[in-house]
Amino acid sequence: MSAAQHESARKSIRVDLQVISEMIEPNSRVLDVGCSEGELLTHLVYNRNIDARGIELSTEGVNACVANGLSVIQGDAETDLIDYPDHAFDYVILSQTLQAMYNPKDILVELLRIGKRAIVSFPNFGHWRARLHLAIKGRMPVNKTLPYEWYDTPNIHFCTIRDFIVLCDELGITIERSIALDSMGTVRRIRSGLFAANLLGEQGVFLLSKR
Amino acid sequence: MSAQKADTGHSIVLGKDEPLRLDCGVELKEFKVAYCTYGTLNADKSNAILICHALTGDQYVATPHPITGKPGWWDDMIGPGRTFDTDKYFIICPNVIGSCMGSTGPKDINPETGKPWGLSFPVITIPDMVRAQRMLIDHLGIKSLFMAVGGSMGGMQVLEWAATYPDRVFAAVPIATAPLHSAQNIAFYEVGRQAIMADPDWCGGNYLEEGKTPHRGLSVARMAAHITYLSENSLTQKFGRRLQERESITFGFDADFQVESYLRHQGSTFVDRFDANSYLYISRAMDYFDLAARHGGSLASAFNGTKTRWCVISFTSDWHYPTEASRKMVRALNGVAANVSFAEIKSDKGHDAFLLNEPDFIKVLSGFMAGAARHRGIA
Repeated sequence: MSAAQHESARKSIRVDLQVISEMIEPNSRVLDVGCSEGELLTHLVYNRNIDARGIELSTEGVNACVANGLSVIQGDAETDLIDYPDHAFDYVILSQTLQAMYNPKDILVELLRIGKRAIVSFPNFGHWRARLHLAIKGRMPVNKTLPYEWYDTPNIHFCTIRDFIVLCDELGITIERSIALDSMGTVRRIRSGLFAANLLGEQGVFLLSKR
Repeated sequence: MSAQKADTGHSIVLGKDEPLRLDCGVELKEFKVAYCTYGTLNADKSNAILICHALTGDQYVATPHPITGKPGWWDDMIGPGRTFDTDKYFIICPNVIGSCMGSTGPKDINPETGKPWGLSFPVITIPDMVRAQRMLIDHLGIKSLFMAVGGSMGGMQVLEWAATYPDRVFAAVPIATAPLHSAQNIAFYEVGRQAIMADPDWCGGNYLEEGKTPHRGLSVARMAAHITYLSENSLTQKFGRRLQERESITFGFDADFQVESYLRHQGSTFVDRFDANSYLYISRAMDYFDLAARHGGSLASAFNGTKTRWCVISFTSDWHYPTEASRKMVRALNGVAANVSFAEIKSDKGHDAFLLNEPDFIKVLSGFMAGAARHRGIA
């Protein structure tokens, strides 16, 4: 990657990925589960000098990543995380992927087995627009962040920010930091007001550790 | 690789200072290793790439073959500005021991008897091949290879290199390979060996002394193996049930079908460039390969503590060394939290895809190399 490309990657990185990146301490070992075409990995490896690797299901995504010099394996988060030893990474990231998992609960436990910390982000089904869509139109929400019809969506396990907090509590997971992002990319600390965050946040980003 | 830059090869006698201790217990006190090199070794000797060849491959990776005159088997990959950029890297491709292209093998003269080794040549293994290569690398003064790369049996050597000399392999790229030979692999190679040994001209392995060549047996062995290198789809696309230069079937056993004619051609051209006993020895070495077995039954422990950067590559239509075999290696590498990339390349060309210019394969390999070179500080 050229210096100009690095520069553009630095500028254009999505806000949610920026938030995730800022949760990671320097000199860490990171695994990005469901790393797609490697946008976050590229940022971590080339701009932050972090030992970051990835798993991705789609061969197109994997090929793009490896062709860019990133360490990525073709694999399935639901079957292949089991191979990693305990605490192999400082952080394991699951970005916008939890809702597409068959067993999100098992995945969360697994993330915190192979990582000392986990960073999880997901679309918030409690966002006011989703609530309005369901309440007024009586139909499943379809919008920019949730672009699929109910019958062809890969997102099979939606939750709200509040649901996620409840699950973490049930699993004995400590929420070290939690952030809600709205459509303008405004960062809102969930702790300073869960009701508002769950209503206004289009997505939640959580830094987790095992209690 | 342009013709004027192609290396016609070197040969060195090793083993005088330190004999080659083979797994079977025999020591080779003098043996030859033939090899080709391309590009220039840099001052701190950090840019060396070892390319390991497959069963019937050789050191002429980017040099016209001395017998067939055909371009090297990865000719398109090697040269200035190419995937293996000879302006940046120093590329070494040695012929494996047991072969018939210049490194010591069964067709050479046994110095103790003055006669060709034949079946008295010791049975060699993949680790033996790699030990011999390690002695060559020592001789070249290279402490650490930038990369070891190879497909099929070449990939087995890459695994062996990285498992046995972890500090001497910065990056490892095993392609279309397996950490062990499966029952099916062994079965197919046994058919080939039986075909050779059933040829009366094999003469119990002494055909050189008898002035004969078991070309029929070797040809059948090649035909059987060649089927495993192609996918069903590629055979169907290439030949289907089309007839060979005739309007209808002949109700006989001539090569009615194009696929028969093709296989016969593959077999008959192979015997001109390969030695039957070498085929027995090298295919045996592959059958014996089982990396996990030598590490207490656990593949992961073969890679324990590995600092090597790995890139495992497989092809969707390869049923000779299927993706599942590569995935086994990836699981083991993940088990020790190794730095590993793994890509399965979509291709309908079967096992042979690694020898062909599959664009996604080239992209993945080039990208991985560029990333590794940056980390090595030779970008």
